Amino acid sequence: MRKNRLNQMYASVLVNAIYAMKNYPITLINTLLAPISILIVITLVSHGSLLSVSIIGALIMSMVSGGVSLQADLSHLKNDFRLQDMIVSSPTSALVYMAGMAISEIVYSLPAFLVLFVLAAIFVHATLLGAFTILAVLAIMYAFSIALGFLLSTISSDIIQNWAFSGIISTILTTIPPIYYTITYIPLPYRYIAYLSPTTYAAEIAQNAIGSIHLSMLSLAIDWAVVIIVSAILFIIAIKKNKWRE
Amino acid sequence: MRIEFNTLFGVVLEQLICKHLTKKYGKGAKALDNVSFFIPSSGIFALIGRNGAGKTTLIRILSTELMPTSGHASINGIDVVSNSKGIRESIAILPQESRAIPWLTPRQTVFSYLLYRGFSFKEANKLASKALSRLHLGRYADTLNRMLSGGTKRKVLVATIIASGSKILFIDEPTTGLDPLSRSDLWKILKELKKDHFIFLTTHYLEEAERLADQIGILEKGKLLGTGSLQELRRMVGYEYSIRLSDNSEKVYVKEGKRIEGLDGSMQILTNGHEADRIASRLIKNHTKFSINPTSLEDIFYYIVRKPIYAGNEEGEDEEE
Repeated sequence: MRKNRLNQMYASVLVNAIYAMKNYPITLINTLLAPISILIVITLVSHGSLLSVSIIGALIMSMVSGGVSLQADLSHLKNDFRLQDMIVSSPTSALVYMAGMAISEIVYSLPAFLVLFVLAAIFVHATLLGAFTILAVLAIMYAFSIALGFLLSTISSDIIQNWAFSGIISTILTTIPPIYYTITYIPLPYRYIAYLSPTTYAAEIAQNAIGSIHLSMLSLAIDWAVVIIVSAILFIIAIKKNKWRE
Repeated sequence: MRIEFNTLFGVVLEQLICKHLTKKYGKGAKALDNVSFFIPSSGIFALIGRNGAGKTTLIRILSTELMPTSGHASINGIDVVSNSKGIRESIAILPQESRAIPWLTPRQTVFSYLLYRGFSFKEANKLASKALSRLHLGRYADTLNRMLSGGTKRKVLVATIIASGSKILFIDEPTTGLDPLSRSDLWKILKELKKDHFIFLTTHYLEEAERLADQIGILEKGKLLGTGSLQELRRMVGYEYSIRLSDNSEKVYVKEGKRIEGLDGSMQILTNGHEADRIASRLIKNHTKFSINPTSLEDIFYYIVRKPIYAGNEEGEDEEE
């Protein structure tokens, strides 16, 4: 029988996103709530001056949270429903299953992206190059968080632990670092702590793209290098630790 | 007489063959210890054993989920260890403790599994409806799995694997936790399925194996202690009849046979037909209450393993059961 790889990937999107959203509509607002809430608070506190930066920050947060959720979803489907065991013994390859699961996280976050992209189109004024840069930042953040999600799913096999991991890591990566505001709001000695998170570098690139901060070419190059290298390292470790056939 | 070859005069034999299969988890005890057997790949093969005996490890190796530490296994001439891709088209597994995903309906469960296996939307839709009807799940097809009873959820999972058209099904402890009615319902389905499938089943319900299986294997602490039909296992044990006496103090002379203490503390005599006749006549003469039956799988298991099936297997804790 000829295998339809797209259908095999789509199966993960159906199971992990579309059917959940269709059968439990409450999930539609789930991914929207956290980024929009922080966006509103920051905008109100800054009297609107940080609106555009916050919208970009909310997009980064949604992308990272979606990717990090992958670890809990993979673990949930594998350990609580044994779906992955059924898939391993079928003609589906590990790559196709994982790619489908990764895409399902974006689909699950679509309501958030839809609202945020509309807000971005209205309130964020970027050049064409700036818009492409933001999309590239979102893409690399997606790759980074997916790799992190895969890696964490290989470490823990208990759903309670995974949910805890998801919450902690999402907060460390998206709420504490300066992604909803510029790093200049953080007093100097503490900025070094903010630089421990790859999302800080990603936010800097995006904020530079919309003119909220002005980075030198060297700083920009360093920011890109950090996010790309960290994502690549995480991917390599995740692939090495991954056990499809145990 | 059985011939242990993958092929005979160039024709691939329909057999499942395991040769010296061993599995060690880390530095722990061996979950499987040099397991070798061959059986025809048709009907139902039931692998029985206590918790931790190695049943799940064996089924996971045969269904290409797990690599053995050493040894080989093949199904219908395809090596499942070195050529996992070659066999995956023809197999499907229902893992132990698998659950129907609660946010899906039965139709969505079967349909998405078929997409995973590479079917087109049209085919998947058609096959999902067919499988759900075959298991009389049509009226529940669009109800969320979480609303269904335990037995119906299990039937949804069985429908999922049979919809794939795989002729070789691995089913790991399918009736654990089901009430007697749901269990008997599932037995009917498995009996129907075995007409056109090879079902490799694990269970620790001896009654289940006795009722369903054409071939039975007994696994204990990773070692295979015997395989064969119930009749062959009876012959292996050497005793075809079991006599039970409720009074333990009764003095019975046993010329040919074995006197053991039954699971309930009663006296039990395992013996052959001729001796069973003689003992029964004597007991009737003495007005002693007794029952006589063909040796059951439970008797055989107890005789071979020397422990009841429900006792835990302390040394097999490493096994994922």
